[in-house]
Amino acid sequence: MVRATLAAIGVTLAAAPLGCFVVWRRMAYFGEATAHAALLGVALSLVFETSVFGGALLVSLLMASLVTLNQGRSLFLDTLLGAAGHMSLAAGLVIVSFTSGIRIDLMAYLIGDILAVSRMDLLLIWLGAGIILLLIIWRWSPLLLVTLNEDLASASGLNPKKEGMILTLALATVVAVGIKVVGVLLIIAMLIIPAASARSLVTTPEGMGVVAAVIGVSSAILGLNSAYIFDTPTGPSIVCVASIFFIVSLLAGYFLDQKNKV
Amino acid sequence: MLIKINALNVQYGGKKVLQNLDLCLNKREIVTIVGPNGSGKTTLFKAIIGTAPISSGKVKLKPNLKIGYVPQQLNIDGSLPLTVSRFLQIAQSNDEKSLKEALEMAGIEDILKAQISKLSGGQMQRVLLARAIINQPDVLLLDEATRGLDQPGAAAFYRLIENIRKDTGCAVLMISHDLHVVMAASDRVICLNGHICCEGAPQTVATSPQYKALFGTDVDGAFALYQHSHNHNRQSEKV
Repeated sequence: MVRATLAAIGVTLAAAPLGCFVVWRRMAYFGEATAHAALLGVALSLVFETSVFGGALLVSLLMASLVTLNQGRSLFLDTLLGAAGHMSLAAGLVIVSFTSGIRIDLMAYLIGDILAVSRMDLLLIWLGAGIILLLIIWRWSPLLLVTLNEDLASASGLNPKKEGMILTLALATVVAVGIKVVGVLLIIAMLIIPAASARSLVTTPEGMGVVAAVIGVSSAILGLNSAYIFDTPTGPSIVCVASIFFIVSLLAGYFLDQKNKV
Repeated sequence: MLIKINALNVQYGGKKVLQNLDLCLNKREIVTIVGPNGSGKTTLFKAIIGTAPISSGKVKLKPNLKIGYVPQQLNIDGSLPLTVSRFLQIAQSNDEKSLKEALEMAGIEDILKAQISKLSGGQMQRVLLARAIINQPDVLLLDEATRGLDQPGAAAFYRLIENIRKDTGCAVLMISHDLHVVMAASDRVICLNGHICCEGAPQTVATSPQYKALFGTDVDGAFALYQHSHNHNRQSEKV
């Protein structure tokens, strides 16, 4: 239980500030496709008996880079994303069904199986989460400027493409470390829901990052505990708690707006 | 000389956007670029800040040239909370004194705590300008900085630009649609349509046949249609 809690905190702590950029840059669908693609990585690494983490990281990185490189060249990016993401998801499910040697609990990869986190997993999760957090904190201002206007960033001597790649890298890593905790279907929820919940409570981008992290970590702890009490699946329970934060924050934002108008 | 462009060619895909373009910008000069839609004005700016795919030619900037860039607009998503004062300090020096001077010059001391997404068009342009001048640039690039402003608003904005040049001595290169307003404030006007059609003092350009061919005979140029009666050697495009 301690390991599970630590794992969940690690993932949500890294996911929340990164999630802010996903929300600001409207990359939610992009993240979704990357996460779906990760299941193909999981399937392949089961077939070749290599590290699941490595396989997921590799495939989601590949998917994310392909999309980043093609950005702006295609007029129907969302269709391509949807197609590629679901193609990988379907292929992954089919491949897993062929690996008949060991019976694999597919649900563990779709919605996570945090109670099965090993010491090694925990180390990988915190390593990945640490790298993401450092990257995001280090590149915070440049990323923010690139998000606001790429030409403005270029004129200040930044390279928008390079900053975009950093986000892509971070996104692929968060997907890979998040699989054990909340699974490929729900990892994007841990990126965007805490960030979206923080929005109506803050006035600066930094504030949003911090509040999102607090909401993310609280959801992880509360979600795990309620999963324990009510005997519910852990990943969905964490996301459910985050969703409650989101709904409450939406309502609070709405009423604050009304009050300001009067 | 701050910027010197030699025989510049830029292509997007197979489309030639800029052809054989020469341009130079001197210290303290205000140069305005006018031209119809798709004439390569913004591409020229992208070439200067180094993001356009240059196929041949050279863009030479003075070593360590500081550029203050004022974009057409920001992609401010409603999901991004951002105050004016935070925006002014993203990824640039936070020196109190220069910040205060920039605010005074742009006249926005009173909206520092406002959310960027709630600003009016005129306030937004002043904020973008303030950000551009904080680092005491050698040259200001303004990409249709008065878009969305009414005529008095635009005129006030250009007076502001002139004052900034007077106070800081920076050169200004701007793209504009407010032809008649902007021309008075410029030292030189360049009329662009993939290549330079004509250039010179505002009066010379306004009365030149090339300019009239591009913008109609209405010299005021308040509203002008582009008629392609003027077709130098752009046939190559179709091949």
